[in-house]
Amino acid sequence: MNIVDIATYAVGVFLLIGAFFTLVGSIGLVKLPDAMTRLHAPTKVGTMGIGALLLASMTYAFISGDGSLREILIMAFLFVTAPISANFMSKVNIHRKSCETPPDAPDEQTWSTLAKRNGDTAP
Amino acid sequence: MTRAFNWLFPHPYLTVLLAVVWILLQGELTAGMAVFGVILGTIIPRATANWWPDRPMGFRLGRMLGYMALVLWDILIANVQVAWIILTRRNSKLRATWVTIPLDLRSPEAITVLAGTITLTPGTVSADLSSDGRSLLVHVLDTPDPDAVRDEIKQRYEARLKEIFV
Repeated sequence: MNIVDIATYAVGVFLLIGAFFTLVGSIGLVKLPDAMTRLHAPTKVGTMGIGALLLASMTYAFISGDGSLREILIMAFLFVTAPISANFMSKVNIHRKSCETPPDAPDEQTWSTLAKRNGDTAP
Repeated sequence: MTRAFNWLFPHPYLTVLLAVVWILLQGELTAGMAVFGVILGTIIPRATANWWPDRPMGFRLGRMLGYMALVLWDILIANVQVAWIILTRRNSKLRATWVTIPLDLRSPEAITVLAGTITLTPGTVSADLSSDGRSLLVHVLDTPDPDAVRDEIKQRYEARLKEIFV
C-alpha cells in the first residue's frame, strides 16, 4: 500500500464525513421547531461539512499533482462570513419577533436591534 | 522613519494578510506575484485608511494561533454534539434558551472575534449586542444549565481573548 492508495482512502473518508454533516445540517433545517433553533443547524454543521469536502478536494488535488492551497482560503472566508450571516439572520428574527422574545439586557440597556432611534415610529 | 512607516503601512497586519491572500489566490509562489501582493497590500490599506482612522491595537500572534487551534478543536467536537442532538432529540425535549453574557472585553475587534467564536462553537449563536456594547445575547440550542454555558464562554474564550488583544 503506497502513499497514493492511503490518500485515496483518505479522500473517500473525508467525502463521507462531509456528506454526512451536510445531510445532518439539512435535516436540522427541516426538523428543528422555530427560526432561532433552525439557525443552529446550517451555521455549525455546514462549516464542518464543507470543511471536510474541501479537505477531500485538497487531498485529491495533491495526489494528482495539481495541489493548491486555495481550499484553505475558501475555508477561511467561510469561517469569517458564516457568523456574520448567522448574526444578521438572528437580528431579523428578533426584530420580526419570529422567535421567543429575548430577556431584557442588563443595566437598563436595550439590545441594539430593538433600540429606538430618533424618528422611529411605533410598529 | 517610524512616521513614514506608519504612513505607508497604517495597518501592517492587513498588509501581510492581503499579500498572503493574493499569493494563495494565485496558487503558486513566484517572485512577481509576491511583489504584486505586497503592492496590493500597501495600496489597499493606504487608500482605505480614512475609514479606519484608529491605529490597530496590540495583538499577540502566537497566542492567537493557539486560540485558533483550540477553536478548531471545539468546532469539531461541537459538530458531533449538534449532529447528535439534531438526529436523536425530539423537538419537545429541546431546551433552547437565551443567555446573556456580560462582557469584559471593550474593543470592537475583540468582541467581533468572540461573537464569531460563539457562533462557530457548541450549539450557540451570538444574536445581538446591547446598545452600550457591554453584554452579548446568545441563543443556545440545548442546555440543562444556562449559567454554566455563560461561565464556560467567559472562561474558555473571553479570558484568552483578553490576553490576545492588549
